Amino acid sequence: MDAGLAAEHGLTTEEYGGLCDLLGRVPTYTELGIASALYSEHCSYKSSKIHLRRFPTRSRRVVHGPGENAGVVDIGHGWVAAFKMESHNHPSFIEPYQGAATGVGGILRDVFTMGARPIACLDSLRFGDIDGERGARMRHLVDGVVRGIGDYGNCVGIPTVGGETGFHSSYNGNILVNAFALGVCRRERIFTAVASGAGNPILYAGSRTGRDGIHGATMASEAFDSESEAKRPTVQVGDPFTEKVLLEASLEAMRSGVVLGVQDMGAAGLTSSCFEMAARGGAGVDIDLDLVPLREASLTPYEIMLSESQERMVFVTQKGQEQAVASILSRWGLQASTIGRVTDDGRARLTFGGRKVADMPVEPLVDGAPVYDRPAAPPGDLVHRQEDVEPEAPDDPLGALKRLLGTPELGDKAWIYQQYDSTVRSNTIVGPGADAAVLRLKGTPSGLALTSDTNPSYCWLDPRTGGRQAVAEAVRNLATAGAEPVGMTNCLNFGSPENPEIAWQLRECISGMADACRAFDVPVISGNVSLYNETEGEAVRPTPTVAMVGVIDGLMDLGDEAEIHRLLGCGFWRPGDRVLLLGNEGDEFGGSAYQRLLYGVEAGRPPAVDLRAEAALCALLRRARRTGWLSGAHDLAEGGLLVALAECAMAWGLGMRGHTGTSPLSLFSEAQGRALVTLAPARVDDFFATAEEFGVPASDLGEVGGDRLVLGYDGGVVDGAIDDLRAVWAQALPRAVG
Amino acid sequence: MALKVKCGIVVFPGSNCDHDVYYVLKRVLGQEAVFLWHQETSLQECELVVLPGGFSYGDYLRAGSMAAHSPIMAAVRRHAEAGGRVLGICNGFQMLLEAGLLPGAMRRNRNLRFLSVDVHLRVERNDLVYSSGYRRGDVLCMPIAHAEGNYVDSDEALDELERAGQVVFRYVDADGSVAAAANLNGSKRSIAGVCNGDGNVLGLMPHPERCAEDLLGNGDGLALLAGAVQAGGARVGRLAAAAGG
Repeated sequence: MDAGLAAEHGLTTEEYGGLCDLLGRVPTYTELGIASALYSEHCSYKSSKIHLRRFPTRSRRVVHGPGENAGVVDIGHGWVAAFKMESHNHPSFIEPYQGAATGVGGILRDVFTMGARPIACLDSLRFGDIDGERGARMRHLVDGVVRGIGDYGNCVGIPTVGGETGFHSSYNGNILVNAFALGVCRRERIFTAVASGAGNPILYAGSRTGRDGIHGATMASEAFDSESEAKRPTVQVGDPFTEKVLLEASLEAMRSGVVLGVQDMGAAGLTSSCFEMAARGGAGVDIDLDLVPLREASLTPYEIMLSESQERMVFVTQKGQEQAVASILSRWGLQASTIGRVTDDGRARLTFGGRKVADMPVEPLVDGAPVYDRPAAPPGDLVHRQEDVEPEAPDDPLGALKRLLGTPELGDKAWIYQQYDSTVRSNTIVGPGADAAVLRLKGTPSGLALTSDTNPSYCWLDPRTGGRQAVAEAVRNLATAGAEPVGMTNCLNFGSPENPEIAWQLRECISGMADACRAFDVPVISGNVSLYNETEGEAVRPTPTVAMVGVIDGLMDLGDEAEIHRLLGCGFWRPGDRVLLLGNEGDEFGGSAYQRLLYGVEAGRPPAVDLRAEAALCALLRRARRTGWLSGAHDLAEGGLLVALAECAMAWGLGMRGHTGTSPLSLFSEAQGRALVTLAPARVDDFFATAEEFGVPASDLGEVGGDRLVLGYDGGVVDGAIDDLRAVWAQALPRAVG
Repeated sequence: MALKVKCGIVVFPGSNCDHDVYYVLKRVLGQEAVFLWHQETSLQECELVVLPGGFSYGDYLRAGSMAAHSPIMAAVRRHAEAGGRVLGICNGFQMLLEAGLLPGAMRRNRNLRFLSVDVHLRVERNDLVYSSGYRRGDVLCMPIAHAEGNYVDSDEALDELERAGQVVFRYVDADGSVAAAANLNGSKRSIAGVCNGDGNVLGLMPHPERCAEDLLGNGDGLALLAGAVQAGGARVGRLAAAAGG
């Protein structure tokens, strides 16, 4: 045992020295493995903790903030929602199908270990070039990831109701797979992952432990190199059927009243579940590794502690109640084994073959993991990066629109989401493809809105503004559905924090997000940090994925019941409706889809984000929704006004005729804080008055109707058949991945 | 108040549409609804038995094949043979095929991918309890969500199926015409749902329980479930009239 072996485990000399001091001796091999997992970036957040403290984490609705398996917020009528987002980037790049599938499995377990029944998933995916030199490999990754997510979620029966998919060459060597899950339960049913009560038994349930995924957490905390293919054996293999029965059995066991604490075995397997549960309860654990059900007898204690075999859970029950839990599990075809007991001395003692293989203090290892304030410095080329490149005005705005709609980035994502069950559990009012997904909450008059957003180009050009923008866009997307944001989770995907430029990106992005969270009063209740997303020195674009949940208090206030699914979507559907543009106009092209996708230019400053103006816009949208005025609303995002209008027209195949006074170039500006709304002509005057009261500029663009998108501008007119636009848009992705 | 019909929804390990059917039968239609565990041998005097969608036993051998050998299936078979109502939706339809209670079999979808989309269905006969709330030729919209819904049988068997009028729903385009482009999973003769000779056992791939409420944007499936619980004798009788396209 020496520092060299420790280095192979990803521990620095200082970390290894600290571990020896903590133990008062040299660690055993098993202890070294445990410490390396707990000290990994993935488990310890050692490079990000210092920044994450900036996030607001409390509100009157927050029941459990960060630190639990999933955050929990009150959504009214006695119900709470538990949700979280997590990355599975590294495994998905190595083995896309299993990597993505087990990402879904892990996040579902995080939710149901809280006692909440999962009812929805979102997925935020980033891929590299799919038609370039490395296109074949990337198409294989897209296909594998989508199949993996679909096969897992579909089998467990949790609808995937939304998400986002982006493409950029910075992901060529490092794709991002971020999975979000949300569950609901009655407030009094919430569980926490706490081991308490000395002498209480610890039960192991679910799949047997095998050699898959050993050191997955450590792998997720390293950059890729040319050897990464050899890491395929560290990718876990998922079994969604076992997950489904484990879900049902766990919820039933938790409801039975004999379970005290539950924790799934996710990253770092049995190590993190035992240590984290004990740390939360201020307790210790005695575990006999001979009692852990194994797939093959030859596993060593080191392997048992670090295996990331999927679909496994740990329960702490009251003394003498092991049998009650075991019989519930056995009804679902699952085995439960008592593997140890809770102790009150704060140590984790592991035995194997009658021999002690680890004896470590719990709390210092879990909460006392090193915290680094990594040196941070803006990239040397930032000034150059932020130099504006004058955008070329389009000769033919309709042609530019079609070229944008024909890119995988802005094209229809149906090829992806049609492989995901989006309607199971019969709650989906608005499914994938809209600004926000909307679910009804059975047994209440409320609805839930969900969205996920981030713009990596903006973050690369100015991480602070990019961070603000991601949160603002999420709030705006919820507001288009009339939903009040109640909580946020995130997945922070960055390169190596040991590079000062990346540490700076991380710090700045988090600052921007935290500012926006405060401005909108949205607490961050859970999250995940994925660093070292780089291959051979090239980092991904900074990608702080935001997933946000909102509540619509009275769904029936929004309009006629049979029309709610249409008016909550973002399309034109009622001829004669007026189309209004809300928000400040302005020319913003830094990081825009127009420059990036049509001219290959990624430069300048990203669009400014005025949090006060955004808040006013969102308040207006929510008010107009509640009063039942709106027949539709759609936020302006990538591509700007013309792309947003085209999306509205393609939704139900109904066009519009109107006029705007702007230049042809401005049709593609990505000025923030803007949205389109549609409403009956009789409501327009009232709406304008209310908009003025909220201080939100509004202008009437024209009227819904016909089968063409017709928009006059300063110097010309865009006039395109919806069928033509749709043909280009619908084929964008199938053509690219086919 | 109309007499309630007792409905039993069978729960297999891996069923995941059980709660959705329960919700419509109990909350939307106000019937008595219970869950029946796959290891039970009694149907608790349920008049309607529903085999719900999902991935029973993970669909690891073939979709529905292991569930078809569950203890409760013997009781379901007796119920069906005695003229009782049995409705299989999606995975439940696959079980009815595997159990031999309905003819035919399923293959992987034509494009070899899971398909989660709204499709159009044409009602081929409306003299069954299940379809009595529709008119013959009605075009309905319903979601499908499956990877193995590509219905297949021999040409002779399909001819016989058509002659006996056992094709209840067919995939069609929005105008009600059979078309290859509207038959996404590639089913033979665009078959989406079939019944047994007596019309008391129905299996279909689309999900009526997911489109039975206006709030969800589509109420087309409600009449099917309402029909399944309508009062009257369970046995509808073998019909002479073959319902062609």
